[in-house]
Amino acid sequence: MAIFDYAPAPESRDIARLRPSYQIFVDGAFRDGSGEAVKTINPADEAPLAEVAEAGPSDVDDAIKAARRAADPWAALPGKDRGKYLFRIARAIQERGRELAVLESLDNGKPIRESRDVDIPTAAAHFFYYAGWADKLGYAGFGPSPRPIGVAGQIIPWNFPLLMAAWKIAPALACGNTVVLKPAETTPLTALVLAEIIAEADLPRGVVNVLAGGPAIGQALVEHDGVDKIAFTGSTDVGKTIQRTLAGTSKRLSLELGGKAANIVFDDAPLDQAVEGIVNGIFFNQGQVCCAGSRLLVQESIADELIDALKRRLSTLRVGDPLDKNTDVGAINSAAQLARIRELSDSGEAEGATRWSPPCELPDRGYWFAPTVFTGVSQANRIAREEIFGPVLSVLTFRTPDEAIEKANNTPYGLSAGVWTEKGSRILSMANRLRAGVVWANTFNRFDPASPFGGYKESGFGREGGRHGLEAYLDH
Amino acid sequence: MTTDRTTDRTTDRLAVRKTYKLYVGGAFPRSESGRSYPVSSSKDELLAHAAQASRKDLRDAVTAARKAFPGWAAATAYNRGQVLYRVAEMLEGRREQFAAEVSAAEGGSAKSALTLVDEAIDRWVYYAGWADKYAQVAGGTNPVAGPYFNFSLPEPTGVVGIVAPQDSSLLGLVSVLAPALTTGNTVVVLAAETRPLPAVSLTEVLATSDLPGGVLNLLTGRVAELAPWLASHRDVNAIDLTGIDAPDRAPLQIAAADNVKRVFVPRSTNWSDDPGITRLDAFVETKTVWHPIGV
Amino acid sequence: MRTGSYDGRVTVTSDRSTLHDVTRDDSSLRRFLHGLPGVDQVGAEARAAGLATRSIKTSAKAWAIDTAIAMVDLTTLEGADTPGKVRSLCAKAMRPDPGDVSVPPVAAVCVYPDLVATAVDALRGSSVQIASVATAFPSGRASLETKLHDVRDAVAAGATEIDMVIDRGAFLAGHYLQVFDEIVATKAACGGDAHLKVILETGELATLDNARRAAWLALLAGGDFIKTSTGKVTPAATPPVALVMLQAVRDFADLTGDVRGVKLAGGIRTSKEAVRYLVMVNEVAGEQWLDPRLFRFGASSLLNDLLQQRHKMATGAYDGPDYVTVD
Repeated sequence: MAIFDYAPAPESRDIARLRPSYQIFVDGAFRDGSGEAVKTINPADEAPLAEVAEAGPSDVDDAIKAARRAADPWAALPGKDRGKYLFRIARAIQERGRELAVLESLDNGKPIRESRDVDIPTAAAHFFYYAGWADKLGYAGFGPSPRPIGVAGQIIPWNFPLLMAAWKIAPALACGNTVVLKPAETTPLTALVLAEIIAEADLPRGVVNVLAGGPAIGQALVEHDGVDKIAFTGSTDVGKTIQRTLAGTSKRLSLELGGKAANIVFDDAPLDQAVEGIVNGIFFNQGQVCCAGSRLLVQESIADELIDALKRRLSTLRVGDPLDKNTDVGAINSAAQLARIRELSDSGEAEGATRWSPPCELPDRGYWFAPTVFTGVSQANRIAREEIFGPVLSVLTFRTPDEAIEKANNTPYGLSAGVWTEKGSRILSMANRLRAGVVWANTFNRFDPASPFGGYKESGFGREGGRHGLEAYLDH
Repeated sequence: MTTDRTTDRTTDRLAVRKTYKLYVGGAFPRSESGRSYPVSSSKDELLAHAAQASRKDLRDAVTAARKAFPGWAAATAYNRGQVLYRVAEMLEGRREQFAAEVSAAEGGSAKSALTLVDEAIDRWVYYAGWADKYAQVAGGTNPVAGPYFNFSLPEPTGVVGIVAPQDSSLLGLVSVLAPALTTGNTVVVLAAETRPLPAVSLTEVLATSDLPGGVLNLLTGRVAELAPWLASHRDVNAIDLTGIDAPDRAPLQIAAADNVKRVFVPRSTNWSDDPGITRLDAFVETKTVWHPIGV
Repeated sequence: MRTGSYDGRVTVTSDRSTLHDVTRDDSSLRRFLHGLPGVDQVGAEARAAGLATRSIKTSAKAWAIDTAIAMVDLTTLEGADTPGKVRSLCAKAMRPDPGDVSVPPVAAVCVYPDLVATAVDALRGSSVQIASVATAFPSGRASLETKLHDVRDAVAAGATEIDMVIDRGAFLAGHYLQVFDEIVATKAACGGDAHLKVILETGELATLDNARRAAWLALLAGGDFIKTSTGKVTPAATPPVALVMLQAVRDFADLTGDVRGVKLAGGIRTSKEAVRYLVMVNEVAGEQWLDPRLFRFGASSLLNDLLQQRHKMATGAYDGPDYVTVD
């Protein structure tokens, strides 16, 4: 036992105001969906949290029709009024921040430290940011009076449930669109509470509709003739399917898909901060982040030193109860995701890479995976090419900047990348040559509503955040 | 007139006819397939035989475009602007030739053809001027809430496949080519199937305008044969379906999804309209860079 | 639980062969110090802030408070200090809470050289060490001979620990070897008995890169402790500076096997801050450093806040200033 053994400091789950059942939100009213009633579970202990009456096809139809009816009046509303509604939502998210954070950690498995300090505040900030755009769209560079697209179907993943809802809804509404949002099947709760906040903010009925449901509901949304635009965040495979589905239609599309980011550390890097950046890059949200720095490219001359420092740092990570304020690494979101992480990690070993995890006790129940580092990885290994979407870091080495670039770009993905060096000109050169939508230099996994986010190549197209994020919701 | 296939009427001199070839990697090859196809004027008179490119020619064109991409993308915006302006200069000196070719291809009066050529020249000038301004309009700094300097800038998407408009053989072609080149993309373009001759002549201008080899590659031939290969090619990052009729786009869009290509479908094909920046926006990626601010 | 009081220096076998060459001349030393990995200020601040979010409760907090008490160098460094003031401080140092014998004594009292004798007298028989600032504290602006005389005075009067200041002017001017030699000379003046804390005065060094270089310089020169500040300059001890210094002793120990201490001084007034620093010690340097022999707080008002927190934990009620002694 350690000398300084932090006693558990759990956040109370009562704060989440968890209810036995949750309803979908259609045309300004909550109702039971016509689909199945599904229990959403806590991935940290597999215990059911609540029952969610999922949407059926008729609900999709109703929601899209409601959004269609609401579209013209919403677009016709003065921008400053749309902005005020969004400001209300931002404030309400802040007011109920603690509740939403606990609920998010319960439903998703992420540490309360992250839901409290990142997910929820950033979600509120997103609404706050786009609220201000609503009456200034003519200055955004998309023509003097850009028009909304109409009804947006929005499908979001389970890794940042509320934050992704904010990324989708805020710009859409600011630009005068109405939306039908489908949260992920394993994490519907915070989006449904957001619907409550939206209802309390007195948004006109039909402007925002939230449908809980699985892939079939997502598909129905994509295929429905009544939507004018689809915005999707999720896997590259599903993104491609959606792109194919929309072929030949006039529906607009934006995609934020997978990634396999290289985090490149040069021998002149600020090493202690690089170690933090590597840790934050791959273990933030259990690595279930599309822009995770899952490939560490370290200059060979400092590889041993850096890996030693990294291992020492990983030994201080606290894995366990997501509601414990001292937890650094929480639970994997679902059994299916855990199985995928295990399968890919096993393949890493089978392909000859060396596997290492710090000693840590994992809880008996729930979906858990210890932080894992693979060294001796080659570009050809699956763990260096496929998105694992879990707390698994693959370490590769390079000798020269050209080799680092070549390896970093040698992937169909292009979402993000990291560069660590104290040499300014090298940072800019690397940033220029990396084919990725976000380059973090001497930092990693920073997000801000003012900062555009999105991919190159098979990581998708369109940007979310910043002035650029308006483009996906404007007809210009 | 240069389009007269037999004699120069003023001198009764026997004309030297031109062989219309492909333009790939800065060279003018025939199709590797050895095929060609007859090209007729709007009045159904045979004008020439154009090379009928094969999928292998397309593959070679994509390879050439990929090879040329890093250099063209890394060229200074000022340099790209100069090259595009040089194209305008070169064209200016050959207005009469292009007017004759456009007139032969599209019909219409010599005067209206000349107007189209002039507009095409002006379009190069328009985009030449954009080259070193677009990043200032499309990019900028982002005021993030923290001690970070954060900026976004547009970068070229990569290799762009363009199906040129089938009607407007020069102005339409220039209107789709120039913006993609302006931002640093390299291009594989399928010329208008039945009106390819001005396009081929344009490549002769490009070849003498300091445009590096491979930056623009032009194929003539059957669009229905080539477009699916272009749409499905996994080393092509974006595709412009301007030259494809709406009902025929879906299969190409489906093929394009295999590597998440950016697919551009035009809203307006009135080539005399103010082009705006829509086509510049279509083939760029926004890159955002973060760096801490500290001492 | 280990709350142990100070019982002498940690003795380790030193293997500095890898580092012998770096202090050969000014340029070697400069190359070495400037060859250390840089510190990204924003990243270091973010890491320090992240550690501050640890939530320390119940048994862990009780342990941390007692440990912090045992790590305090109870300090008075005023022009108005008198023997009476020092005697009363010493009484508090030996028995911080007159009403509770379970409260450990602090590590040391820290006074000016002319009051060392008074402290020696007052602390006789206790485990509390006598630390004295010296070397023309706090500015360090005197001739080397004067500074060394200051040190010898304090040691002769019975000081067991010397808190010296480095010549920040020389450091900022890049005269690293001069700074190094002064530390070596001061260490020699301490004799074999008194151990040496080297005050970097990081507030005047301005950057974290400088803090790291100064820390390594002091460690190379044989300082037993590296200490943030005199307490007379703002900013004094800050979480990012503490982070960098803890990394320095950690990395120095990794490289040489030689385990040195860190003292944070200036501006630490609350239990909450103290506990956060212990978290940092634990997670950055390692639990080996959770020991008064290797980690100290230079403070005066901190002790009473620790005592009040201790009362709060014992009684469940918030404490008031009338329930701790004022010295």
